[in-house]
Amino acid sequence: MNPLGRYAPLVDDEEAFLSACDRPLPSVVRVNTIKATAERARSALDAEGVGYEVTDWHPGILKLDERGPGTTWPYFHGWLHGQEEVSALPALALDPEPGEVVWDACAAPGSKTTQLADLMDDTGILIGNDNNLGRLSALRHNAERLGVSNLVVTNQDARNYSLKPFGEDTDDPQTVGAFDRALVDAPCSCEGTIRKNPDALDRWTMDHVHSVAGIQKGILRRAVQATRPGGTVVYSTCTFAPEENEAVLDHAIEEEDCELVEWDAPENFETVPGITEWEGEEYDPAVELAHRVYPHHNDTGGFFCAKLEVTA
Amino acid sequence: MSDDRNGANEANGTDERENDGQRFDRLPATADERVVAGRPTREEVVEWWAERYGVPPETWDGHTFWEKGKGKIWAFAGDLVSPNPVEGLGLRILRARQEHWKPSTNAVQRFCGEATKNVVFLDGEEADRFVRGEDQELERWDGDWGYLVAAHEFEGARESIGVGLYLHGELRSTVPKGRQEDLS
Repeated sequence: MNPLGRYAPLVDDEEAFLSACDRPLPSVVRVNTIKATAERARSALDAEGVGYEVTDWHPGILKLDERGPGTTWPYFHGWLHGQEEVSALPALALDPEPGEVVWDACAAPGSKTTQLADLMDDTGILIGNDNNLGRLSALRHNAERLGVSNLVVTNQDARNYSLKPFGEDTDDPQTVGAFDRALVDAPCSCEGTIRKNPDALDRWTMDHVHSVAGIQKGILRRAVQATRPGGTVVYSTCTFAPEENEAVLDHAIEEEDCELVEWDAPENFETVPGITEWEGEEYDPAVELAHRVYPHHNDTGGFFCAKLEVTA
Repeated sequence: MSDDRNGANEANGTDERENDGQRFDRLPATADERVVAGRPTREEVVEWWAERYGVPPETWDGHTFWEKGKGKIWAFAGDLVSPNPVEGLGLRILRARQEHWKPSTNAVQRFCGEATKNVVFLDGEEADRFVRGEDQELERWDGDWGYLVAAHEFEGARESIGVGLYLHGELRSTVPKGRQEDLS
C-alpha cells in the first residue's frame, strides 16, 4: 500500500507534494570543518571541475551537479561527506557546544553524528550509539575518515541505555552521569526517503507504523531521563506519519519531565508546524512547535524535527 | 584459555596487570605508572610522534590515549573512566607493541599537518597512484626507511595523504582497501 495519499489533507499543494515524491533527490555533500573550511572545500571542487550549487540556507551544504562525491580529492581528504540535505536539520536544532557531553541514540551510519562532532569542534564527549552491531563499522569508518576524535561508539538498546560503562554511581572523576544534549533520530517507516529509495514504501503497513512508534516513544523517554535538567533533546524522523511524530512527542511531554521549545528553522528553509489533530486523535497544542518538512518545499526528502527542553 | 581468564576476572575483579583485548585502557602517563607489561606510555607516544615525524607535542594536549587489542592505540578528545568496554573511543592513531610502530592513515590526515620529518612529497601522478593503493619506485627519497607520511600540495597548502612504507627504493602505499580510490 502506498501511504502517501494519507497525507494529502495535510499539505498545501497535493499535486506538488506527490510529484516531488516521484523525483530523484539531488546528490548533496556537507563540508566537514574539522578538516577544511567551506571556502577551501568549494575551491577544491572548483579545481577538479566538479559542478555544484551552494544551498541558499547553509554555506557548507552543497548540491552536486552529478552523482557521487566519492572520487574527488576533497572527499578522500575527509573534507566532504555525502549527506541528504534535510538530514542536516536535527544537528543544527540540537546546537551542541564544544566540550559538552552529547548522546546520539541511533547514530549509524553517522552523517548526523559526524555533523554533531563538527559543531562541537571535535571536543567534549560525543556518544554515538546504535543497537545494530553491523552498522557500527560504517559509523566508525565515516567518523575516522572525517577525522572525528571525540566520538565514543556504543552498542546498546537505546530504550534502556545504561550509563554504567561511564562510571555511573561511582566516584571516578571521569564519570558521565547525564547528557547535556541528546539526539533521537529515530528508526521510522522512512516515508520521507521515497525519493532516495523508490522501494521504501513497498513493505509499508499500519502495523509497522504502530510498532515502530512504540520503539520511538521508548527511545525518546530514555533520552529525556538521561539528559540533565535544562538540557536539550531533539527528536527527528524521516517520515510523515503523525503516529510516529506528533503522537510520540505528545506521549513524551505527558510522561516525562520535558517541554517542547521553539526552534527557528534556518532562514530560507521552509517548514510547517506540527499538527494537533489526526484521525480522531488530539495532541498537546505544544506539538505545533515541531517542524514538518515536505519534499516540495525545499526539494529535499521529507522530515520531522522537534526540540525539547528537560525540565527536571 | 580465554574462558579461564574470564573466570579469574569474575573471581578477583578485573586483572589490571594484563592487556585485555576487549576493552579500552587509558595509557599510563609515564613508565613509573605502568602496570601492564609492554603497554606504551603517553609520554612514549607523544615523543614518538615528535621524534619520528616532528609533530609538536602540544598537538596532543587535548587528547587522552587508550589501548584496545594488542598495541592498537587510540586518541580520544575527552576522558572517560578506565577500563571501558565501549566499541570505539576516538580515532585509532597507531599500532605499537612491534619493532616499528605504524601510524594510521586517518591519524596522519588528522594530526600530521605540522609534521616536519619523514614526510615524502608526491607529485600529481604519484599521489594518484598512492591513493589507488599501488607501490611505486621512488629513488629520489634519501631519508629514513620505514613508515613515512605521504603528502602533496593541495589547495595552497601541504595536505597529508596517508602512510607509505619505504624500503629498497620503493614506496608501498598502506592506504586501507576501504579508503583506496581512483582519483586520476
